[in-house]
Amino acid sequence: MSAALQIIAAGPGLSLQDYGRPGFLGRGLSRGGAMDPLALAEGAALMLMPAGDALAIEMAGAGGRFRAEGAALLIALTGAPMVAELDGVRLPWPGSFLMPKGAELRIGGALAGSYGYLSVAGLQAPRVLGARSAHLAGGIGGRLAAGASLPCVPAPNPGGLKLVPEDRFGGGTIRILPSAQTDQFSAATLARFEATEFRKDARASRMGARMAQDGGGFSQDAHLGILSEIIVPGDIQVIGDGAPFVLLPECQTMGGYPRIATVISADLARVAQAAPGAPIRFRFVTLDEALAARTAAAKHRKTLPDGVVSRVRNPADIADLLAYQLVGGVISATHDPED
Amino acid sequence: MPSPFPSLHRMGEAALLVAFADHLSMPVNAAVLAFRAAVDAADLPGVEETATSLKSVLLRFNPDLVDHVTLEGQIQALLAERDWISGEMPHNRRLWRIPAVFGGDHGPQLEEAAALAGMGADAAIAAICATRLRVMTIGFAPGLPYLGQLPEGFDIPRKTELNPAVPKGGLGLAIRQMVMFPVETQTGWRWIGQAAFDGFRQDATVPFALNAGDEILYRAVSVMEFEDSVAGLATGQDAMAEVLP
Repeated sequence: MSAALQIIAAGPGLSLQDYGRPGFLGRGLSRGGAMDPLALAEGAALMLMPAGDALAIEMAGAGGRFRAEGAALLIALTGAPMVAELDGVRLPWPGSFLMPKGAELRIGGALAGSYGYLSVAGLQAPRVLGARSAHLAGGIGGRLAAGASLPCVPAPNPGGLKLVPEDRFGGGTIRILPSAQTDQFSAATLARFEATEFRKDARASRMGARMAQDGGGFSQDAHLGILSEIIVPGDIQVIGDGAPFVLLPECQTMGGYPRIATVISADLARVAQAAPGAPIRFRFVTLDEALAARTAAAKHRKTLPDGVVSRVRNPADIADLLAYQLVGGVISATHDPED
Repeated sequence: MPSPFPSLHRMGEAALLVAFADHLSMPVNAAVLAFRAAVDAADLPGVEETATSLKSVLLRFNPDLVDHVTLEGQIQALLAERDWISGEMPHNRRLWRIPAVFGGDHGPQLEEAAALAGMGADAAIAAICATRLRVMTIGFAPGLPYLGQLPEGFDIPRKTELNPAVPKGGLGLAIRQMVMFPVETQTGWRWIGQAAFDGFRQDATVPFALNAGDEILYRAVSVMEFEDSVAGLATGQDAMAEVLP
């Protein structure tokens, strides 16, 4: 029997994701791909694999149960930390692990953030329009369900590595730039937009996330009636009720709502990863600042392998592990889909 | 007062929008299609893809390869080359003849749309099928064409509540335009018919059949002929297309 990862039970938001398929904006297909592309690169680094062709199981909110079939498998857990156990033994997150043949991996609810990633060495999936990502809104691929068997390769190394993840799971200040319709909002509205603390609405999806707050809406002051205009991921449209809505990588490509601003590329995953209810503020930055952040993010991705180290048993690490388990035990009682 | 158009707008760190008007007209849309073709032909360094709306062209670029000011200068130079609102369309366009069934279970809001347009259902079908509809742009969902323009009477608003599930091939009508859904979609456009057409085949060599600038003539058919045509699609028998001069 060849090496495969068997899905025994699946949470509601499991799909295969790579870096998406840019290039089809003019065809009505947004680029899609992982909500947190850094997590793909972290997974590759932890498995000592090239980051460029990373493919992982994206898990929205919670994971599922998985079994190693045919061979021992090499896996990595990255992105939003989730409660994970391998044959009943709690796993630290992020990290890479050897999953013995026949072993069962249980991944429960997220402890922070929204999207966790399960990378498997040699995971294979057919390419559609050049990429292996599911594009749920566009009807490409689909959600992963119980019973699926995902072909991969026998473990090329034993894993056992860790890294320090960039903190991107708690919302916070999101840097923005003007978009094509920003000048249709008054200075007062833009100032109030920057001064408002929003909460990420629970009804977020791969297409977008609504920003909730208790004050008045942010509609244009002079309503000009916009003919549908092209959308790029990161755009913040102000929908009919005046609420800002951040468009994420799987968004529609055309929309008639005015765009108040656009999130810089370096901060978009932070919006996607913020847990429901997490506080979010927006702050306009200069183009130079946005470009510097973009360059820094690219450099960080490139140097991830330098930060990968072995999980060694020393007192400091044990204390860290205990802390994780303490928190995990509390959260999993309500969020673990297996309960 | 000189026209503010065409105008350039930055959209974040890696996109530039070239707007040709703040309203839709067929000459404006022709300018958009012609300018996009010119940008694509210029093959500017750093430009990764282009797209159009009804009235503008978007360039997505890599700011590591070209800076905003340089690209904006190149776009201004291209804009200055000629008057783009001249109505001249790009070449290699096609005319599609597509069978469609109107009304009934395949278009339950035909009568309502026709009434809003001040005519009966039969007159509305005749008017739609007599209009060569241009694919003015493609967007929202993969392979979804915005078709226009219908005669002025069809300037009817979208519905405020959404149709929960218009099927693949479903035809929506609003604001002198039609849309043809490539996948089952939730929409505020009035659902008036269903076309035997597959606008997005993800595994095909040519996954997207239509190009912006193509034209469509619908042919009203019976439910039986529609179902035969849909069955034909599955075996690779396509709607008819001819190259426009």
